[in-house]
Amino acid sequence: MNANRSTSPLADGNSSISISETDVSCRVPLFVLFVSAAIWLFLASVFGLMASVKFHDPNFLSNTAFLTYGRVHPVATNALLYGFGIQAGLGVALWILARLGNTRVAQPLVIAIGGSLWNLGVLVGIFEIFLGNSTGFEALEMPGYAAVFLFLGYLLIGICAATTLHSRRERRLESPQWFFLAALFWFAWIYSTAMLLLGGTPVRGITQAIVAWWFSANLQNVWLVFVGLAASFYFIPLLMNRKLHSQYLALLTFWTLILFASWSGIPNSAPVPAWIPAVSTVATVLTIITVLAVIVNVYKTVGYGCSQTSNPPSGKFFAFGIAAFVVAWLMNIAAAIPDINSVLHFTWFTTAQWHLNVYGFFSLTMLGAIYYIVPLVTGMEWPFVKWVRAHYWLAAIGTIVLVLPMAIGGVIQGTKLSNPQVSFIETAKGMLPFLKASSVGELFILLGHLLLLINIIALSVRYHKKHFVPVYEAATAELKPSEAKS
Amino acid sequence: MNYGPLIFLAAFLGLSASWFGFVLTPQVQIGREQQATNTVNTAEMYPQALPGLANQGLEVYRENGCVYCHSQQVRQNGTAVNVLLSDAGTNATAVVEALLKANVGVTNADEVNVSGAPKILLRDTTVERAKAAVTALNGAGAKASVELQPLGPDIARGWGTRRTVAADYLYEHTVFPGSQRVGPDLANVALRLPDGNWQLRHLYSPAAEVSGSPMPAYKFLFEERKLEPGQRASGDAILLNASGEFFDPAKNNGPAVSEIIPKPEAKALVAYLLSRRAETPLFVAPMTPPPAANNSSATNTPAATAATGSTNAPAK
Repeated sequence: MNANRSTSPLADGNSSISISETDVSCRVPLFVLFVSAAIWLFLASVFGLMASVKFHDPNFLSNTAFLTYGRVHPVATNALLYGFGIQAGLGVALWILARLGNTRVAQPLVIAIGGSLWNLGVLVGIFEIFLGNSTGFEALEMPGYAAVFLFLGYLLIGICAATTLHSRRERRLESPQWFFLAALFWFAWIYSTAMLLLGGTPVRGITQAIVAWWFSANLQNVWLVFVGLAASFYFIPLLMNRKLHSQYLALLTFWTLILFASWSGIPNSAPVPAWIPAVSTVATVLTIITVLAVIVNVYKTVGYGCSQTSNPPSGKFFAFGIAAFVVAWLMNIAAAIPDINSVLHFTWFTTAQWHLNVYGFFSLTMLGAIYYIVPLVTGMEWPFVKWVRAHYWLAAIGTIVLVLPMAIGGVIQGTKLSNPQVSFIETAKGMLPFLKASSVGELFILLGHLLLLINIIALSVRYHKKHFVPVYEAATAELKPSEAKS
Repeated sequence: MNYGPLIFLAAFLGLSASWFGFVLTPQVQIGREQQATNTVNTAEMYPQALPGLANQGLEVYRENGCVYCHSQQVRQNGTAVNVLLSDAGTNATAVVEALLKANVGVTNADEVNVSGAPKILLRDTTVERAKAAVTALNGAGAKASVELQPLGPDIARGWGTRRTVAADYLYEHTVFPGSQRVGPDLANVALRLPDGNWQLRHLYSPAAEVSGSPMPAYKFLFEERKLEPGQRASGDAILLNASGEFFDPAKNNGPAVSEIIPKPEAKALVAYLLSRRAETPLFVAPMTPPPAANNSSATNTPAATAATGSTNAPAK
């Protein structure tokens, strides 16, 4: 797992630092970010499964207000998006920025403080959703006082990441660095805009929903894609031992995401002035360019060599991630076309697309990166190496079993909803077998996350034993008489 | 692309474009809308702010995440322009002839049957033809009017009488257009299910009111108390019999052994649900209100208006 290729020797060898120095500088901040991300990921899947089981029995855990579906479900999505997604994304971004820049990560302690603030924000936000203080806007449920911590934490980490990029010794900028820089800036803008316009002094009427749709599309279709693709464009060539096929195609991906994906996400039938969904639909359809550019770039990079390389387990995660990206985006584009949207909007198909994009693509890519980075940063192998592969299979099968029934069921649900002859209750009941099947997927995913959590905690304990216990024992050991004299 | 500030600039410009498009422009366009009398016949101010209790109910709706399963948006595929014949007059032959001469797509006298009014005489025609037909029919002694009928599966299901538009949400914070129909659309639930007691019973035990409903029970919005034999029940309580079913004096399935008292949250939520109605015709979503609505308001509207049918279609 040597990553020599990512850094090129500099003209003045004196200012160059070794790769291990880069890794060591990341140790403290990445410990905070990745361990908490793993915990949130586990919690997200616990609550996700709990929400899913409610479709087996609607009265499962329904007698207490805080465990009702309408609270457990947003807790699961927020823990996944904010607790795991953004947090892990920032950690991966910091490490790749430091590696590509051939430099140490800037201000590791400030990043660790930022990460702690972020986690405090997520914790407060999740508790508030349980208590019924959610904002009511999807993907933005955590209330204003949690958002303050989140925003401050993000700013600290983001500034340090930008400083890391700025202090790079390798001046040439690779595509992952563009993506990360844009993403860092993007979230700060969309999150502050959304929280100010929906929380403090809210805009009126349906404009709230437009802002919420805009935020949620920019988070899930731009931020997550920037970070997820940046990691793929870094790791896939690295694991293949070659360069990314084309920086120009990566540039095309970059620009189409900025220009088109940022306008996506407003449903075609939204009760707003007609130009808004029309523009949004056109923009969403144009993201087909992004998808094609990614397919060609990855295919040309990987080529036929895929099967011949001894692929480390984390490579499988990236491969699945790219496949999920392509399928999720084709689903997104298809569902934006007006005739199809009128059938699929308000159905589980869109939920299936969400899972495939946020979990299948983004989260699996981040998991692959975490499995790759953590041993390098700590200088220790995973305590249960075989579990990495097991986690991959659980996550991959889990995603398919989660998404496929939901998508098929969603199409059936949509066609039934468009036929007023089919009674609504029949439609609702007809969806239940599909939802029950997708609970099995949630269970697989949960088991995978349990493996990751145990692995990363065991690694932390071993690290503690190896590095802290001897120091502590040496410091507290009784002095021998001979030493005391000297 | 080796220059950091350039990338930053690209991201900045791209994001500001999207921000101008989807945050600022809608705010300028519809963010300052006011309530208006844009209905034709009733001069009713629309939309109305939510009453206090319904506004509290909105918070209960938000707290418990009802939005994850219920949309509040009626969609519409199109609008059919119909000609409604409310009275055929005394000379049916003259009426049919007038219609044939009006050149509105009717060429064969056998196709037209004017008996059995009120009825829809021409279905899904153009505005010009409908207007010409109405002029011709009224000239021949019949009473006819243009009827605008919104179309679409949501409307056919009875989820609303017209599509939901931006104005319907004007006084709501938070707005809940929703994204998912695990449960039925609630934009007009007050028109469909106007009984507050039914709503309370349904919240307490959805499956008891709608067989096979996958909706969870919201028992935490209620308080259950045992009733001693002979004890009088509280005023607004729902009564349960020994087997836990709703006590119904008509079914005589008593005696009631316990009472379910809705907490303030439950009453507020029901008040909110009963405020969910958006059936006022608007210029942006024209339609002819169903005749039943006309009759109820006929007492305080001029007789002539009621007779011609109140549409907000362009003046005839």
